[in-house]
This record gives sequence, C-alpha cells and structure tokens, in this order.
Amino acid sequence: MAFAAFSPSASKQKSSSPVKSGKIVLVLLLPGLLYLGMFFMVPLVSLIITSLETPDPSGAFGVYQYALDFSAYQRVVVDYFPQILRSFGYAFLATLLAVLIAYPLAYFVGVRLRTRPLVQKLTLTLVVAPFFISFLLRTIAWKQILSDNSPTLEFLRSLHLLGPQQYFLGTPFAVVWGLTYNFIPFMVLPLYSSLERLDLRLLEAAGDLYASPSAVFRRVTLPLTMPGVISGTLLTFIPITGDYVNASRDFLGASDTSMIGNMVQADFLQNSDYPAASAMSAVLMAVILILVTVYVRRTGTEELL
Amino acid sequence: MKEFVPAGADLELRGIRKEFPGFTAIENLDLQIPAGEFVALLGPSGCGKTTTLRIIAGLEEPTRGQVLIGGKDVTFTKPHERPVNTVFQSYALFPHMTILENVAFGLRRRKMANPLQLAREALDMVELGYAAERRPQQLSGGQQQRVALARALVNRPSLLLLDEPLGALDLKLRRQMQIELKAIQMEVGLTFLHVTHDQEEAMDMADIVAVMNKGRIEQLGAPEALYERPKTAFVSTFLGQSNLFVGDVVESSANSLSISVAGSKISVPKNRAEKHDGTIAIGVRPEKAEFHRTQPAASAELNILGPGEIVDIRFTGVSNQYLINIPNVGNITVFAQNIGISPVIELGEQVWVSFKVEHAFGLVDLPAGNEA
Repeated sequence: MAFAAFSPSASKQKSSSPVKSGKIVLVLLLPGLLYLGMFFMVPLVSLIITSLETPDPSGAFGVYQYALDFSAYQRVVVDYFPQILRSFGYAFLATLLAVLIAYPLAYFVGVRLRTRPLVQKLTLTLVVAPFFISFLLRTIAWKQILSDNSPTLEFLRSLHLLGPQQYFLGTPFAVVWGLTYNFIPFMVLPLYSSLERLDLRLLEAAGDLYASPSAVFRRVTLPLTMPGVISGTLLTFIPITGDYVNASRDFLGASDTSMIGNMVQADFLQNSDYPAASAMSAVLMAVILILVTVYVRRTGTEELL
Repeated sequence: MKEFVPAGADLELRGIRKEFPGFTAIENLDLQIPAGEFVALLGPSGCGKTTTLRIIAGLEEPTRGQVLIGGKDVTFTKPHERPVNTVFQSYALFPHMTILENVAFGLRRRKMANPLQLAREALDMVELGYAAERRPQQLSGGQQQRVALARALVNRPSLLLLDEPLGALDLKLRRQMQIELKAIQMEVGLTFLHVTHDQEEAMDMADIVAVMNKGRIEQLGAPEALYERPKTAFVSTFLGQSNLFVGDVVESSANSLSISVAGSKISVPKNRAEKHDGTIAIGVRPEKAEFHRTQPAASAELNILGPGEIVDIRFTGVSNQYLINIPNVGNITVFAQNIGISPVIELGEQVWVSFKVEHAFGLVDLPAGNEA
C-alpha cells in the first residue's frame, strides 16, 4: 500500500557485527549513491553551468556558450519578481488550506477510526485513490467543473452566491483551489502517520489536569504531532512552489496567475532562453532551501523531542 | 488568580452501571468515601476497578447511576471541570515537556499564581527537584511515578485517584513509595482512592478497603475488620488466605451454630456468621489454626479435625506453611511460627488440626464449586 511508505515501521534492528555490516551497507548504498550522482548531482551542476552561459556571438537563436555570466540571475529576479512572489504566496495559501483540511481528516482516520481497523484502511485507500487517475486528467476535470458555463457556476449563480459577471477559471482562487486539491494526499499521509501513533492516554491526562478540549489540542495533540505537520507542509509547499500545471492557461490559470514553473517552462520550451530558465530554477531552489531551513529550525528543534 | 480548595471532599457513587459493547464492566455499584480517607479499591484484574476510577475521573460515562463529589452531582461533567486528579498506571507524562512543565501543567490550565514555584515545591516533596529540567524519557520508572504523583498532588484535588501506580516498580521501591504515599496523604489530608490488585498494599496503606469482584463491591471496611470477618468466599480468599469448610447446619444454640463436615463438627459463633441455616461455609485463617501430634481433648471452644497427613511444608523464614490433607475434608493450610514443634515435624507425619470457635467466621455464600 502506498501509505506504508509513511508508517513508522522499524528498521531498528541492530546488526550483530558492525565491522562486517560496514561493507554490506556500502554495497547496499551504492545503487542509491549512483542514482543520486547521475540524476541529481550531474543535472544540478549542468543546470548551474547553463545558468551562467552567455548568448553565442553569432546571435543565433537558442545557442549559448560557456561563460561566467550572472546577468541571467539579475534578469529573472527583476523580470519575474511578480511570478516569484505569486509562487510563494500561492504555495503558502495552498499549504495552509491543505493543513486545515487534512488535519481533521487525518485525526478522524488516525484517532477516531482506531477501533475499526478495516474502515481505517479503507478510508486511507480513499485518500490515496485519486492517484490512480492522472494528475492532468483530474486537473482538467476541475477545469470543467469550474468553467464559466458549468452546472456548478450556473447553480451558484441561481443561488445569487455568484454575480452574472463573476467566474472562477483563470483566477487565483481556481489556481489555489487546484493546488490544494492536488497536494492534499501528501499532507494527509504524514499527518495520519503522526496521529495514528499519538498516545491517547496523554490526552486523557491533559483533560484530567484541567485542560479544556481546545487546550488539550494546543498543548498536547498539536505539539506531539508536529513532526507530521512539518513533513506534510514540506511535502506540499516545496512541490507547489515549482508547480506549472495548475497555474497554466491550459488548466486553471490565466496569464496573470502564472508561477515560476510557468516561466521556466516558457523560457525553456518556447523562448529557448536556457540561461534564464536555469537561473530561475536555481533561484527557486535557493529560496526554498532558505525558507525550509528557517522553518525547520523554528518549529523543529524547539517543539520536537 | 485562583485559590486551592481547602481540603478533600467525600465521594459517592450511586447505582453505577457500565456496559461496554459485548460485556458489562460494572453491574451495580454503590460506594461512599468520607472526605480525607485513604481508600483502596481492591480486586483482581478485570473486576471493573479501573473502569470505576475512570468514571469518577470523568474519562468514561456510566451507563446508569450518579457520581457525587462533595455532594455535587458531576455525572455529566467533563474531566477538566472535576476537582479530581489521577495518577495513571502508565504515568502519562507529556514527553514534549520538561518535568517541571509537566508538574506545572494543571496549575497553568487553572491560571494559578506562581505555577513554576508551586511545581518546584511539589518536585522537592517527591525528592526530584534536581530533575526539574529533564524530560520524562530520561527518568527511571520510579522517578516517573513520583513525577506523576507530584503532577497530580500539586493541584490539591479534592479527590486523588491512583490507578495501580506502583504496579511497575520493584519491591523495594514499591515499599518506599507506599510509605511516602501514605505520609503525603496524612500530611495534605486529601481523599485518596487507590486502585490496586495487591492485597498487602491495600491493607497496609488504606483506612478503608473496598473489595471488588465481577463489577460489584463485595465488602467494604477497615482492613482489620475485613481480614477478621470476611463475609464472602471471594473476600476470604482474595484478602489473605482462608480454609473453608462447607456443610449443613446440624446444631444451633443461643450463641453458636455447627455444621457437619465428614463426621467432624465445626462450630462458629452466631455473631460471626452471616447465615444461620441451610448449607453454609465456615472459614478460619491459616495462622489461627494449629496442629498436634496427639488428638487434642474435645472442648466446646475448640474445632478439631483429623487425623490427617502433612503433604507439603514451605519454609518462609519466620514461619512455615503446612498443607495437611485430611481424608474427606480436603487440604488445610496452617501457618506455624518456627518455635516448638514446627521446626522438627516432618513430611508425612500424622497430625490433628484445631482452631478456636471464636476464630471461625461464617460466610454469606459458598466457595466456587460448592454452589447449590
């Protein structure tokens, strides 16, 4: 099952002879290290080299030569500043919405359904079930549902919840909606894995010590499930900042909702401006690294055990 | 800022019944505990004693019945609104807080003045002041137990519930904690309700022992009274050991009655018997029985059984425990101090067993397997 990947299953067995197992560990690590080297380190270096390239003196379209030219960085940060802001803004909003939706769901499945393991597993399977359908298809389905003349909008208009000139598609609302929807399972699974292990006797003890239900949640439940919240938010926030499907004009967005991913895509595939696309990717990666470090430092070391 | 309640409160349970899907944990339970007493709820595992405690704490709702604390009906009050604190069997210390913060938790929730100072005092009381900044995982079981106790006591609850908190400790620490607990209870004057399956612990610590079996209170009273006059077969064997004899009442005088057991007559004073006719069970404690190499002279004050054969001797230091098999009567346990004939008698010897009529007690029911 997919969620098994998130379970705290033990790999805690101690090896009997550390000397012997040292070599075995190395051998077992080798495929992973090779994989990392070939598909992460090499592309990363290549990306950075590309970002420093300069246009070919011949002026030919899409041809570049090696250089140490940082102008692409300056260009993308200045030109794409709105997209950068938008990416992180959307990612922040969508992650927040995902936590707000996923936490109660994960609590219900991980705590309330403990006494019914079968229902629990079925519900978890339902959370993962959308993955069986292509991500693109599901987003197109949302495009249909949210399109200007869809039954959904007709219905909302008939209830006067929506004015005749108001629409969803191509608005930030639709994009954040799509991002939230698409990444919720990545939030639910780590939260579930934390909540499923939560010792309910601690909640009882807190209630016994005069904590109201809201105080029990704030002082005990939430701090003890912080590892799940952190991994869940990282698993959603990071991919959302780089997402280019939801915000694209072909799906839920419009030109004024485009995110960093859309700019990278356009520079790479349409403008053949490889240094700009690479610089943009590098900037995205650097900002995420900084944000995540600050976030984990802040929440992690103080609140975790 | 709030003040503490002045002292312990009395507790009353009225007609409590608790059903879980598939079984009934508590049949019909009435219990009254006066303020300031140390009460032990004693029973074998699965008798419903922990469920009773959870109902008092508000962690379970009774199917039927009422819970009154200090005369106030709290049956449907949430746990955090009850003047009750619990020392849990698992201790349930918060792993994400320091020991000091664990102890201050209840004070902070109640917005008491100087929570940290009070918490430090409570930790000093259990001699763990030095561990204030540690985490629960860094402490041993006994230390964690004392933190759990401090965390509950610091709130000065009207009623302190203890759910077998000494269960996980080794014997020496257990004895030490028993003495400390008792001293603390006397010092603070709170009402303690201590759930345990350890009869020695219950008798040693409690002012009142309530023996619970199969979801009912079988008998309630001072430890001495319970030991001296158990009323049911369960109490007589769960609280200490007993030799029980079952027979029909064959003789009844003004002061005593007698049953016939395999030809021998066993008498009990009427004021020590719960039932005066029909088939009844009469018991005696093993340390109140004696054995003799020669048949003792018959007397109205003495019940005599035998002769029988010594089939087992267990040396326990201050005394020996003898198992004597008397034909048609069964096995009788006798504890004898290691003076006189006790150290020299041997396995297989023939002996008579006697005990004073005044030491016998008559039960209201029959031991399992003898029910009519």
